[in-house]
Amino acid sequence: MNMKRATTDRISDREIVIKRAFSASAATLFDAWTKPELVRRWWAPASRGVRMVECDADLRAGGAYRYVLEQGKDRRFAFAGQYVELSRPSRLVYTQRFEPVLGHPMPGEASVTVSFEEHDGTTLLVASEIYPSKEVLDGVLASGMEEGMQETWSQLDALLTPST
Amino acid sequence: MLSTFTALAEPNRLRIVELLRHGARPVGDIGEALRLNQPQVSKHLRVLREARLVDVEAVAQQRLYGLRAEPLRELDQWLERYRSLWEERLDQLEELTSELEATSSKAKPRRKKAKGRKS
Repeated sequence: MNMKRATTDRISDREIVIKRAFSASAATLFDAWTKPELVRRWWAPASRGVRMVECDADLRAGGAYRYVLEQGKDRRFAFAGQYVELSRPSRLVYTQRFEPVLGHPMPGEASVTVSFEEHDGTTLLVASEIYPSKEVLDGVLASGMEEGMQETWSQLDALLTPST
Repeated sequence: MLSTFTALAEPNRLRIVELLRHGARPVGDIGEALRLNQPQVSKHLRVLREARLVDVEAVAQQRLYGLRAEPLRELDQWLERYRSLWEERLDQLEELTSELEATSSKAKPRRKKAKGRKS
């Protein structure tokens, strides 16, 4: 069984599960997943021209993190949230909000649980993202960081602007 | 034109789309099933038609509203994009962790291959 391919499955209306095996220890993976100086080196999808421009994390339960990404010259967006549980090296729980436009988070916060299960030099990583509703998850998927999504982005922007 | 996402961002429109997955229906049926009044349903159907999510077809004396397949295929593509995003991220993570482990094993004092040994 080749587990080196990542799998990403929508297992219900509200939940996405990502799995992949690594030839690294759980501790190394846990650190790479959490320490800002390491997160900076893998989290932004480079082939899409996305760079991480800010990466802050207060690594304790209740502590906040914020990742700001930049695509092209002027499009910035962020992922932010709070740590709920940090059990190095096996388990990590945090919340996540997506800000397609800085300072304007999409409604609804995801709860993310990441487990690192080490066995004979291989670590299985399982990340589960649970969204408050189907609509929120659809929105997150639809607004994926993709070039050529400018139209959707400007519409999102309009949606997020309060119409009072 | 409205994007699929914008059109579906309204909860009642999403409910209409869910309902129409089971087959085309007239306005009155949709309102009844979702407990919405006819003007509301008509307004939402107009938006869904503009987003090209819904088509109308005249059958006998009725106008039936049904889903168009194409934008819904787009919904599947959303997941596909997310999947490829995570594949790339995790490939980058694999590269980084291999590098970290290679560096740390070099830094450690030499020792025999320690399979299964507790550190």
